[in-house]
Amino acid sequence: MITKRVIPCLDCDLQVPEGRVVKGVEFKEIKYAGNPVELANKYYEEGADEIVLLDITASREKRATMKNVVEDVTENVFVPICIGGGIRKVADYIDMLKAGADKCSTNTAAIHNPELINEASEVVGTQACVVGIDAKRKYVDNSKENDDKNIVETEKGYCWFDTSIYGGTEFTGMDAINWAQECQKRGAGEILLTSMDRDGTKDGYDIELTKAINDAVDIPVIASGGVGKPEHILEAFEIANASGALAASIFHFNEYPVPQVKEFLKDNGVNIRI
Amino acid sequence: MITVIDYGSGNLRSISNSFSHINVESTITNDPEEVAEAEYLVLPGVGAFGQIMKSIEPYKKVIKEHVDDGKPFLGVCLGLQALLSSSEEAPGVKGLSIFKGEVKKLPNDNRMLKMPHMGWNRLDMTLCEPKKTCAIIDGIVQDYFYFVHSYYAAPDDEEVIAGTVKYGFDVTAVLHENNVYATQFHPEKSGVSGLKMLKNFVTMSI
Repeated sequence: MITKRVIPCLDCDLQVPEGRVVKGVEFKEIKYAGNPVELANKYYEEGADEIVLLDITASREKRATMKNVVEDVTENVFVPICIGGGIRKVADYIDMLKAGADKCSTNTAAIHNPELINEASEVVGTQACVVGIDAKRKYVDNSKENDDKNIVETEKGYCWFDTSIYGGTEFTGMDAINWAQECQKRGAGEILLTSMDRDGTKDGYDIELTKAINDAVDIPVIASGGVGKPEHILEAFEIANASGALAASIFHFNEYPVPQVKEFLKDNGVNIRI
Repeated sequence: MITVIDYGSGNLRSISNSFSHINVESTITNDPEEVAEAEYLVLPGVGAFGQIMKSIEPYKKVIKEHVDDGKPFLGVCLGLQALLSSSEEAPGVKGLSIFKGEVKKLPNDNRMLKMPHMGWNRLDMTLCEPKKTCAIIDGIVQDYFYFVHSYYAAPDDEEVIAGTVKYGFDVTAVLHENNVYATQFHPEKSGVSGLKMLKNFVTMSI
């Protein structure tokens, strides 16, 4: 059977020539985890199933830098590579795939122009079209408050999930479950789902969110945002049935190295590639 | 020397990087004449059946000649599916018919499985008796490989199936007959196991 994927994510600051991996996006104390090429190689050697490179600056003028990083990474890394941040046109997908990437993730650009998903999937194939959804809980008093929203029951009460853009700084009022289904219809091959409530907290993924989106679509869903220990990844697989789990900070600085996480998951009955 | 056909399918860099990594020289070309001179020929592929058959039109003749000459040939992913006669993905479009049979949509009864079949799956040689030994998966018959596809090959002659994976049922992973090899998975994205498979392919004697 197919295995669950453990996916290290490198948040890349491209303001320096070779890029650098940022740990945590808190404003006060930015820590640098290292060079993206070196870290990607390290995670590949350790058995990462896939690697995500996110351009956190998401700036058009740094496209060439990102392309160079992808070219350098894929020279020695032979697992799938997904690129996110700053993908706005079909030409951006093509550029990144030619540099050696396998998938591109769009977020804000897909919300502003949903046709991008249709166009890109026709040109590069659905397997290369990942849509990133950043969702945040909006609590409501009862399960019937909004007719056009999918209300989910959580341990903290009823809520729906609002889709955010620009890395969680703006909210669209779009129901994330409806949006995920629309992405699938338009040709997305995968959803990279980040909880804006949990991102950076280390309290664990938003399992209710992950399960709700995963149940609503037939394409694979990757859980993201909030992982602090291997047990959180186990929850994403066991309870929410996510296809993959993305994590950043736990892998940097060897808090929980990839092999240790995969051994833990395997020992707990998850089908894992070791 | 390995020749990889560039018919505009995008990511060929990973394939040439894989060959470099195992110290094998490879060339990527869109010139049918150069393809005709290949010793080892690789047909890569991502995308859709209708589109690949249209794109490889200029190479069909030289591919068939290469195969008929008994020289090693490797089809990867959609490059495997193109070897069949037809596909449910593009009714009416003819495949290369190097393997007689059809490419079918992966069944997903009651929405039990995620589609596409995307991720690492293990070659299954225990539940499904291998029909034959196959040089390219020699020594790696129990390994994990990276798959991403929604259609699968159903050759008329099941004897050509040299490897399967479980995804709801036994899905064709490797086809092999004489000098023709094909994998549904992407060896260039399958880590050390994929590199070993490519090494097996290039170290076969011509």
